[in-house]
Amino acid sequence: MSKIVTKENTMKDTDIKRLLYTHLLCIFSIILSIFIPSVFLENFSILETHLTWLCICSVFVTAVNLVLYLVVKPNVSSKRSSLSHKVTRVLKCCIYFLMSCFSFHVIFVLYGAPLIELVLETFLFAVLLSTFTTVPCLCLLGPNLKAWLRVFSRNGVTSIWENSLQITTISSFVGAWLGAFPIPLDWERPWQVWPISCTLGATFGYVAGLVISPLWIYWNRKQLTYKNN
Amino acid sequence: MPYTTYLVEKGASHSFVAEAKPPTVTMPRIKALMTGSLPGFVDVIRNLNSPALLEDSVIRQAKAAGKRVIFYGDETWVKLFPKHFVEYDGTTSFFVSDYTEVDDNVTRHLDTVLKRGDWDMLILHYLGLDHIGHISGPSSPLIGRKLSEMDSVLMKIHTSLLSKERETLSPSLLVLCGDHGMSETGSHGASSTEEVSTPLILISSAFERRPGDIRHPKRVQQTDLAATLAIGLGLPIPKDSVGSLLFPVVEGKPVREQLRFLHLNTVQLSRLLRENVPSYEKDPGFEQFKMAERLHGNWVKLYLEESRSDVLLSLGTKVLRQYLGALKTLSLSLSTQVAQYDSYSMAVGTVVVLEVLTLLLLSTPQALCRRADLEVPMRSPVFSLLFYLVVLVLSAIHVIVCTSTTSSCYLCSLPWLVAGGLMVLVSALLCAIVSTLTRTLIEGTLLRKKAAFPSFSRWSEMDLLLLLGTAGHVLSLGASSFVEEEHQTWYFLVNTLCLALSQETCRICFPGGDGKPQQHAHVLQDRAAYKAPMLHRADHASPPSEALGGPAQWAVLVSPWLVLACCRLLRSLNQTGVQGAHRPDLGLWLTSSDHKVELSGLAALSLLMIFLLVQRGCSLVSRAALALGLLGVFCYRAAIGNVLFPWQPGNKGFSKGIIEARFVYVFVLGILFTGTKDLLKSQVIAADFKIKIVGLWEIYSGLVLLAALLLRPHNLPVLAFSLLIQTVMTKFIWKPLRHEAAEITVMHYWFGQAFFYFQGNSNNIATIDISAGFVGLDTYMEIPATFLTVFGTYAGPVLWASHLVHFLSSEASSGPALSQACFCYALICSVPVATYLILVTSLRYHLFIWSVFSPKLLYEGMHLLITAALCALFTAADQHSRTRPSERWTLGTDGS
Repeated sequence: MSKIVTKENTMKDTDIKRLLYTHLLCIFSIILSIFIPSVFLENFSILETHLTWLCICSVFVTAVNLVLYLVVKPNVSSKRSSLSHKVTRVLKCCIYFLMSCFSFHVIFVLYGAPLIELVLETFLFAVLLSTFTTVPCLCLLGPNLKAWLRVFSRNGVTSIWENSLQITTISSFVGAWLGAFPIPLDWERPWQVWPISCTLGATFGYVAGLVISPLWIYWNRKQLTYKNN
Repeated sequence: MPYTTYLVEKGASHSFVAEAKPPTVTMPRIKALMTGSLPGFVDVIRNLNSPALLEDSVIRQAKAAGKRVIFYGDETWVKLFPKHFVEYDGTTSFFVSDYTEVDDNVTRHLDTVLKRGDWDMLILHYLGLDHIGHISGPSSPLIGRKLSEMDSVLMKIHTSLLSKERETLSPSLLVLCGDHGMSETGSHGASSTEEVSTPLILISSAFERRPGDIRHPKRVQQTDLAATLAIGLGLPIPKDSVGSLLFPVVEGKPVREQLRFLHLNTVQLSRLLRENVPSYEKDPGFEQFKMAERLHGNWVKLYLEESRSDVLLSLGTKVLRQYLGALKTLSLSLSTQVAQYDSYSMAVGTVVVLEVLTLLLLSTPQALCRRADLEVPMRSPVFSLLFYLVVLVLSAIHVIVCTSTTSSCYLCSLPWLVAGGLMVLVSALLCAIVSTLTRTLIEGTLLRKKAAFPSFSRWSEMDLLLLLGTAGHVLSLGASSFVEEEHQTWYFLVNTLCLALSQETCRICFPGGDGKPQQHAHVLQDRAAYKAPMLHRADHASPPSEALGGPAQWAVLVSPWLVLACCRLLRSLNQTGVQGAHRPDLGLWLTSSDHKVELSGLAALSLLMIFLLVQRGCSLVSRAALALGLLGVFCYRAAIGNVLFPWQPGNKGFSKGIIEARFVYVFVLGILFTGTKDLLKSQVIAADFKIKIVGLWEIYSGLVLLAALLLRPHNLPVLAFSLLIQTVMTKFIWKPLRHEAAEITVMHYWFGQAFFYFQGNSNNIATIDISAGFVGLDTYMEIPATFLTVFGTYAGPVLWASHLVHFLSSEASSGPALSQACFCYALICSVPVATYLILVTSLRYHLFIWSVFSPKLLYEGMHLLITAALCALFTAADQHSRTRPSERWTLGTDGS
């Protein structure tokens, strides 16, 4: 009995370590997206050429997520691996991503974002938020809505990967939500303009989630037991 | 205005742009013009009912000097200066929809008075332009006509003055000024540039002007006029004036007189400074004044010795410059420092507020548990000794404070009986708090011994959101920008609430996880991080997932999104606040005269929707009354020219719509009466539950009808959507999801606040729609007009609260839901007010205290009054009689 427990614990520790490294890579990609473009592009700064940064940051984070998914492969669920199956899967993922972008856009407009002006800004913010939330979900869970629902309901988490996914997603949402607070203040700062404070908030929230989740899982590793494995 | 323009550009005149300090409403502005002092914000309330002015003013000085003053125009002057005018004819300023008669009333006296010449000072206050602004805004075609009328009046006065001067040889002075400006919407009261800038033109043949002398109007303060007038008339400058002499006016005089005038003004200002500032000797203005006085003495000596003119001249200009600098600094330091605070009264007010709040908070767990009993232990014999001791101590403090202070004190000026009552109240509350505290502590220790800690585990994400949202809103009141943009806070909170609700509906509709999770993933942000730590708790709190059929389930799923969409539409109807107020909105588009047809269609559609949504709960009679009433509303709007009938597309003459409006009032009263009758019947019989519900709904629909009459036609969609949201939420959210009474109360409060802002209100005096106070009234009657204005302004919160009463009493016949809700409502309204009061007290030297915080305080005070009235309604609807929790708006005035 105790043997099994120790084995489980060591497995968990290695898993947590891997989680930590992947998360550090993600944070690194965000930092890169801030510094690399200034080498190639003139006049690049996060605040002034915000849209460019949004694009670059989403691309970087997506790429890192995909690469990590291909390298680490946290879940080895897909047994069938016919080509057509893979292609439909990828297509489905793309459609889901686009859908999430559009629905985020709708939610922003409902929250009071201007309907006609600044459409591009709003949409790119939606893309960024989808990158932080939907892309990891797609990588980890695939286009499988049942699995999504399971992960985001109260007791449905089955691995530390899903647990960290939950934490990062929620913290990016909360970051974006909190990011809207300074907009009405009259400080007249450049970052108070829609949607910069929200994108920055979402980014900070995502990074915070990436940092917090391995730590949190590490602290609570005694209490965490997962049903399936 | 060709004649005025000619005078300004070519004539013997001096023109200025006088800056009015907020609040830019008539009464404080007249005070500022005549006394030169800075009136406070309490004067906004007194604007409606002005008591006589006790301070020193130009008019009082003129009367003391035996001058004969005649006044025609706004009645406020007559109330402010009773017995000061040898002849007057006041016009009520409050009947805003009339803009010709008010001015004719002034002009008709003009010919005889100008011919007579048995007066020294004539004051005319024309109201028409302001009224046009209130009715139809600054871009109205009526404005041009009114301005040319005013121009002809000015020309008449000026020519007659000129002809008179030829006989008497003493020059006369014609002052043309405005008391306040007009904002872009045609209103006033706040502090935008348009409202604050007023013209000030002084015309007199005594002013010399060479041809080709082009002057640009300087920016001066409105308070400068009092000092200038007093000096010009040879009167003493009013005691409390903080203004400085408009120097260009006396420029034509010999240097000696100029210096004397300046000396008079600086002496008066420095005396005022000495009275108000303890360390006045260190003030730079005072030092400059001393310096200037010394130089002046040297100059006079030289002048008497008749020394060389160029030395005299150079020294004279030096003295002049010194005096002007001293005047400027003195005036500035006075206007920043004169605001006095009555700290003793404020402290007592804060103590009472804090005590009531603590009492409410302490009894929260008791009131929200199942039994919901709120009993305040007032007559506990154990604390009687404490009670008497506290009363004694407080009275002693009161006597000491009142005998020792020199400045005026509100509490000390109260009669002894009232002050004593206040002391008794304070100490009784203190005793009640102490006894409640001990009881809670005893019960708490008992509970802990039983090792039952059910407190936090029961809290759902919704509770947390509601609690945190309310707390966040309360905290945000400390920042002036958040007060200015409070609507954003409420819209944000309501949206988040809707998303949280949608997440909840998803969780309930797909308990196992099949179906449509796309939304689900997105709305998680609200329950957010609180969920993560709850991963492995053993309790499988199974949601109340009842067997919802297919379409019903979809309706439940979609309804939060419908509410969200409605809120988004309403948000773009009225842009409000400070940053967004200038942006184009749908409301402005609709009210412009080109889009009358669209407005008529929209209004008709909204009225139809209101009828469809409201009629379902009414009895047959009141249903008919409602239909007729809503028809009457449209007729009223057509009569006063806001909307068009399809068969009368052209513009015809507009009336005041008295008959139509009174027609609607009859139905409103009828419906309210039927509702009250039903309610009373159910109280007496105490059995028929259904009658009570119908009665409550009828009262609610009566209020809806009244709101439909009072709201401007472009705001009728707000009312319709509010009813729609109420219906949708009731049917698809609150009933199936079975929220607790406290949660539903908080949600109602949030929606009520959001609708307050959807209506176009803001925390700014200028957005109050005072035209609502004149619907169906022939003349200005104070009580009905005030009531109607207040109801029109607070229609959103009131309607949501009355809906809450109906919903809870129809839903939970079992027990204390309604009294819980009443308690909750009182608590949630009073927490922000109490916190705000303390915040404002601590921020009273803030830069924006007058422009941002004080208007908000007025709004909050009014809101608290309304809450008290609503709690009375709750209590009336509740069969068990209960004590009304809080009435402490008496303190609203203390803070300001």
